[in-house]
Amino acid sequence: MSLLMKKKVKEKTNEVPIQITWKEIKRQKVLLFWSFLIVIYGVIFYYLPLTGWVMAFQNYKPKDGIFHSEFIGLAKFQQLFHDDTFIRVIRNTLAMGLINLVASFVMAIVFAILLNELRNRHGKKIIQTISYLPHFLSWIIVTGILHEALSGSGIINELLVKFNFIETPVNFFAHPQYFWPIVAFANIWKETGWNAIIYLAAITAIDPCLYEAAAIDGAGRWARIKYVTLPGIKPTIIILLLMNVGNVLNAGFEIQYLLGNGLVKSVSETIDIYVLKWGISQGDYAIGTAAGIFKSLVSIILIVIANKIAKHNDEERLF
Amino acid sequence: MKLFNKNKKKTSLGDKIFYLCNGIFMIAFVVITLYPVLNTLVISFNDGTDALRGGIHLWPRKWSIKNYQTVLTKDNLVTGAYITVARTIIGTLLALITNALLAFIVSRKRFLFKKQLSLFWVVTMYVNGGLIPTFLLFKGLGLTNSFGVYVIPGMLSAFNMLVIRTFMNGIPDSLEESAQLDGAGYMTIFIRIISPLCKPVYATVALFVAVGQWNSWFDAMIYNRMRSDLTTLQYELMKLLSSVTNQGGSVENLKNAAGAVTPTSVRAAATIVTILPIIMLYPFLQKYFVTGMTLGGVKE
Repeated sequence: MSLLMKKKVKEKTNEVPIQITWKEIKRQKVLLFWSFLIVIYGVIFYYLPLTGWVMAFQNYKPKDGIFHSEFIGLAKFQQLFHDDTFIRVIRNTLAMGLINLVASFVMAIVFAILLNELRNRHGKKIIQTISYLPHFLSWIIVTGILHEALSGSGIINELLVKFNFIETPVNFFAHPQYFWPIVAFANIWKETGWNAIIYLAAITAIDPCLYEAAAIDGAGRWARIKYVTLPGIKPTIIILLLMNVGNVLNAGFEIQYLLGNGLVKSVSETIDIYVLKWGISQGDYAIGTAAGIFKSLVSIILIVIANKIAKHNDEERLF
Repeated sequence: MKLFNKNKKKTSLGDKIFYLCNGIFMIAFVVITLYPVLNTLVISFNDGTDALRGGIHLWPRKWSIKNYQTVLTKDNLVTGAYITVARTIIGTLLALITNALLAFIVSRKRFLFKKQLSLFWVVTMYVNGGLIPTFLLFKGLGLTNSFGVYVIPGMLSAFNMLVIRTFMNGIPDSLEESAQLDGAGYMTIFIRIISPLCKPVYATVALFVAVGQWNSWFDAMIYNRMRSDLTTLQYELMKLLSSVTNQGGSVENLKNAAGAVTPTSVRAAATIVTILPIIMLYPFLQKYFVTGMTLGGVKE
């Protein structure tokens, strides 16, 4: 619904612009005054940090600042790509980003469709309310709960031992192979209900006549989902997918930072953690900034590619 | 006729299986979602040393309110609670006022730089300086080691602005025009005419910002590490959690634990105290965040 609204708004802005005249400026002086202040704020907090990117091309020394530090070209980037840790960190970020993207998309869509199929309206409402709950909990709390549940005496080990899947409790946080699935599960647990909101709205917007027609044609529940619901929410799915592709590299900080430990470092560290570690803790601002720039560039490239693909297939686009 | 009947019976059996599977799925979903939270609640009301024996699921074995007594008398947690409440209230108010004002400006049909100003903010959604330059900037501005770093930097955000703008675009222009005929200035129109109509979307954005403020810990850790008087609830909780996970309920912990309180049980109580306000409020605010999500068309 809203996506359609947005499109309309976009078209409307193509109206003839109002001429800039003194009369008009005087009329809008209040608006201009406030937007001036807002732009100053935006420049300071969003655009000024971009000038810090210069640091990545310098042998940056805090005492010299960005104006007096020596320029060294791409040396820091070369150093970055010769660092095995950084390569591993890229791999981790991409892997977890993609797993989370796919897992959370599939779960949200499945949950929205199944919830919509519930016949008991009261139950539907209650389940939906419950499903939002984890979204409001911070990652600190979610990771705390995970630590508890997956610990040696936690509920997961207790169940696994009880049903004879394993003989002795497993320390899930000590083995690298469990880390990515745990992160994916945590993301699903926290956000499924929340992500489903938008799909539920899209499903509600589907014309009920379509369902009736399908039912008369003898379509069962599955067929109705496959031929009415899914095509109905396809535009929403594509738009959200596009928006989130650019975020793949952003998908890794809090949870990895909070869940990671020395034993699983090789799979848990992401670009953001690398930046934090080298930049803030070790004080090597140049290398931290270079890693940050790399991340931003890849994100932008991903968005552009996703947009191109969508354009090519004549689907909905972001811009 | 016969064929039709057979067909109908077949689909209804399929439907029955479908409903059964769906029901099982939903029950599993609810259990997995609620159990960890309920279990934390139960542990928080259970005697600490007793809880270490394990096997406590949905009902306390040995009731105790000592955990809560410990939590509520810990100085750092109390300070954290005050700061968290303060940043949530101040941060939400600031964010709401500024985002609403910006959205109002860019949604005026006649505004001269409407397009440019929107673009200026939308760009910030995709490009940002990154952690290090931001850190240095805050340091340069004197925002580190101050309360301001909690409420000023994230105040205006393109996402929240767009949510409000979409809503405002749906308000008929005639309202503005007739008010102008009556001699109202833009500020009067904003405060007296548009804002009252925008109450639902304001509630939505306020909720988004408030939850973000309540749950944030990273800024406390990065920018205000040296100021224990500016700590936040979540950051204190994090310190509590990581200290426990690192030591893993060792004998040392047991010795340190005064009486019947252990780090695990204190942590459970602190978690419950932290999430209680949110759990009590969010069910009543559902319609607002559902509106917001569909208006924005974006995930957070």
